Amino acid sequence: MNKRKQISEIVFKLISGFCAYSLIGILLFIIGIIFVKGFNALSFEMISQTPKGGYYFGGEGGFLNAIVGSLYIALGATFIAIMIGTPAALFINVHLVRYKRTQNTIRYLLDSLWGIPSIVYGAFGFTLMLLMGMNASLLAGIITVALLVTPIMTRTFDEVLQTIPKGLHEASFALGSTKTETAFKILFKQGFSGFVTAILLSFGRGIGDAASVLFTAGYTDLIPTNLDEPAATLPLAIFFQLGSPIPEVRERAFAAAAVLTILILIISITARIISKRYLKTIIK
Amino acid sequence: MIFRRIAVDKTNNVWMVASLATILALPLIIGIGLYIKSIPLLEYQSAGSLVTSSEWLPSQGKFGFWPFIYGSLYVTMISFLLSAPVCVFAAIYLTQYASKRIVNIFMPIVDILAGLPSVIYGVFGILVVVPFISKYLAPIFDVSTSGYCILAGGIVLSIMSIPYMLNIMIEVFNTVPIGIKEASLSLGATSWESIKHVVVKRSIPGVISAFGLGIAKAFGETIAVMMVVGNVLKISHNPFKGGYPLPALIANNYGEMLSIPKYDSALMFAALLLLVVILLINIVFRYLIYKTQIK
Repeated sequence: MNKRKQISEIVFKLISGFCAYSLIGILLFIIGIIFVKGFNALSFEMISQTPKGGYYFGGEGGFLNAIVGSLYIALGATFIAIMIGTPAALFINVHLVRYKRTQNTIRYLLDSLWGIPSIVYGAFGFTLMLLMGMNASLLAGIITVALLVTPIMTRTFDEVLQTIPKGLHEASFALGSTKTETAFKILFKQGFSGFVTAILLSFGRGIGDAASVLFTAGYTDLIPTNLDEPAATLPLAIFFQLGSPIPEVRERAFAAAAVLTILILIISITARIISKRYLKTIIK
Repeated sequence: MIFRRIAVDKTNNVWMVASLATILALPLIIGIGLYIKSIPLLEYQSAGSLVTSSEWLPSQGKFGFWPFIYGSLYVTMISFLLSAPVCVFAAIYLTQYASKRIVNIFMPIVDILAGLPSVIYGVFGILVVVPFISKYLAPIFDVSTSGYCILAGGIVLSIMSIPYMLNIMIEVFNTVPIGIKEASLSLGATSWESIKHVVVKRSIPGVISAFGLGIAKAFGETIAVMMVVGNVLKISHNPFKGGYPLPALIANNYGEMLSIPKYDSALMFAALLLLVVILLINIVFRYLIYKTQIK
């Protein structure tokens, strides 16, 4: 009997260890295969030029239009998310600090919002676009992606603001500051690491999301110079080029995938480093 | 000076309340917007018959969503069966067995996996999963397939939903007080017995919620699935055949939807269906998690 217990102990520990370590394996495998395939095809020309004539039949050029388009959309969307998400997160933690129930309900709703798939945002963005009489454009893409990332931004920032000790609020109020001053001069500074993480997280989501820009941002070979022009995006460039039967074009899709993966890795690693650095200066 | 400060405070309050209200009203606004767009279709056919009918001939005005719903359910089920056990065991390892140092190595990895864009998972599916199925897995079962099939969609989805479910599950297991596990250990139970009978048993509502949220996430995933699932409009029980999930329907047909009458309505109805199902699942299971955390 005792032996059986010992065996089951070892077996289950091994199984759970195996499951956990297989995650590292999966990550390395995904990144590895995309880098191997992508770097074989990647050249400087691809990331420095827009598509030339015959590009989609294997001709000259690169996908700079998609890289720039993605960056524009992610930047614009993150900016809107900051403008809406920051005050919302601060409001939950300053004005509602004494109403635990309301706070929890809001957090619960925000978490539920996080689960809405991006294709639904895309479809809604499309309806909104038709309603406002716009065409598929950079602006429509930015608005749609902003809707998608704002709940993420708010909830991430809020998660850090939550941990700030209540004594700091009280000290600030006792010195006679208004709620706004407490929010921006005390909480915002204390939660700055969370703010940076939230920005980078929404930026990463904005660059990588395909389903929401599919309807709204359109696709073009040019780099957009105005908000009402359509914009290409990196995920869609990968998606469309993979659909091509021509091997050279498919190779380019792998190269674009490698570029996108590098961008995402840079963003998530930077987020980690920055949030750690700012954590040191915080009053605990 | 004091007036200026008060004025700033007042304006800022308006900005804050307006922002928060916008975010919280978002699902309602999206729901209403999509509903208004799908009214032309709903006036013509009831929601119940749309969902259960399986005739999809947009040019003749026949919109039956069942093949798509079936495709989505099938892919989601495969993904759930593959990812759920891995998630439970990995979460047990990370919360019960692993040392703090190992956990600190693991968390960034889970985060990076969760942050990879879905199109990257799609590329991975095309490069690895699809050839694997057509060359190695299908011959074992004696079927021939191109590899672009429901099973491929399920496998890719399962990899995608692991980090999402795992994150929630780790949170759930961490809320179990360490004292009750120690009590079980001190009574002579082995470590695994304590985990099984105390930690897991106590977290059952949380684990079920994590499963539910993972399913909801998989149900709405678009691009990655669409790239590998074949997009074949035919109900088939064979996982080696292609399928056509609901999100793929929306994403694939946006180009032609304005040229056929009621087609755009039909696609918006599909989006509304996704929104309602996923939001409901999220609201129910998040509530369960929220309840367990308060205890």
